[in-house]
Amino acid sequence: MTEPLGSTPSQTVGPFLSIGLPWPDGPDVVPEGTAGAIRIAGTLADGAGAPVPDGLVEIWQADPAGRFAHPDDPRGPVASGFRGFGRCATESGGAFWFRTLKPGALPCEGGRVEAPHLDVSVFARGMLHRLVTRVYFPDEVDANAADPVLRELDPAERALLTALPQPDGTLRFDIRLQAAEAGPETPFFAV
Amino acid sequence: MTPIDLPPGYRADPSGTHPPMDFAGYGSTALRHPTRALHVLPHRLTELTGPLFGDERVLPGEDDLTRWNGGEAVGQRIVVHGRVLDGDGRPVPNTLVEVWQANAGGRYFHRVDNWPSPLDPNFTGLGRTMTNDKGEFRFITIRPGAYPWGNHPNAWRPAHIHFSLFGRAFTQRLVTQMYFPDDPLFFQDPIFNSVPDPQARQRMVSAYDHEATTDHWALGFRWDIVLRGREQTPFESEPDDD
Repeated sequence: MTEPLGSTPSQTVGPFLSIGLPWPDGPDVVPEGTAGAIRIAGTLADGAGAPVPDGLVEIWQADPAGRFAHPDDPRGPVASGFRGFGRCATESGGAFWFRTLKPGALPCEGGRVEAPHLDVSVFARGMLHRLVTRVYFPDEVDANAADPVLRELDPAERALLTALPQPDGTLRFDIRLQAAEAGPETPFFAV
Repeated sequence: MTPIDLPPGYRADPSGTHPPMDFAGYGSTALRHPTRALHVLPHRLTELTGPLFGDERVLPGEDDLTRWNGGEAVGQRIVVHGRVLDGDGRPVPNTLVEVWQANAGGRYFHRVDNWPSPLDPNFTGLGRTMTNDKGEFRFITIRPGAYPWGNHPNAWRPAHIHFSLFGRAFTQRLVTQMYFPDDPLFFQDPIFNSVPDPQARQRMVSAYDHEATTDHWALGFRWDIVLRGREQTPFESEPDDD
């Protein structure tokens, strides 16, 4: 085997990511009017508790059956037409949102099961590398308790990764890049 | 639920390949880095897969940044080309490449960029393309200018083009910057120098490519992008007595 190639390093998206990265349909993982669609919304904040108005949040997830349109899924790819990907630039108040479908649970090694979740990437000026976190669902108490990722976290961290239902049905998921007086830091992952 | 065997994950990059989140020389990192250690996320189905886009994400002509609004952008016309590879040297075919950059005068087409350098009505600085079956990409653009940014006294960003890559898995997602060879501004740029390993740093610098230079038309620059490679399968790597 030949010597592996070194990876290209990460660099910040800088202050002008909105030229290149947002899509008009970025937050629409599914189109408006899709049956069963859910809305996930939150704000991105920094270590002073200030909103981050020049960030980008991306999500990647399975479809409602827990499948992916991807050849590396050992169960085989599915052609459900579900994009599974969303991206949303943050606005002046640090706000971001997505319209999507709740993913299904996922099998993993040893017969265990991952609870339904979204993988999240966060980019912004002042971030030299993306940060990765996960969104879990508040109506999956038993599945969350058995989730192999959440089980490695303490209860307060698990709560921070669980979206909060709002009166209008939106699931709220705020991201705090750094602990501040206003609240604790979002747990982040190395992938 | 039927148990499955997961395919191999992606190799971790050697220490020093990527910048730290907290880098004193780059002031804006101070309030935008986590203070707690990152948890390890094992590579399972969501991490081993990722969005595979088709041509629907690219409009015709988006690989040529020099013609927008019906006119020609001002500046040194360049061809930027290369390959997207994984860490084992395999091409990453049919993957979306997104770029954005300042104009020839170092000014971004953005409402918060107001430094005294002119906008170019024929240049937005946005480009997109898909790699071909060999992992190759090619943009036509103009050489971006350096610009001041106030991070430290007389701070100027070296000329660069922002690149966004997806690869084939969530784990391979990369946003980076391509630089130009022998830029005299490297020495004072904390973003370029935030990469600890000097060899890794050089992997962000394109090479002048006379083969890609076209007489009476454009200068060529070549830049290959390397995304993380896969772990070997257990059958190949694990000793028998483990």
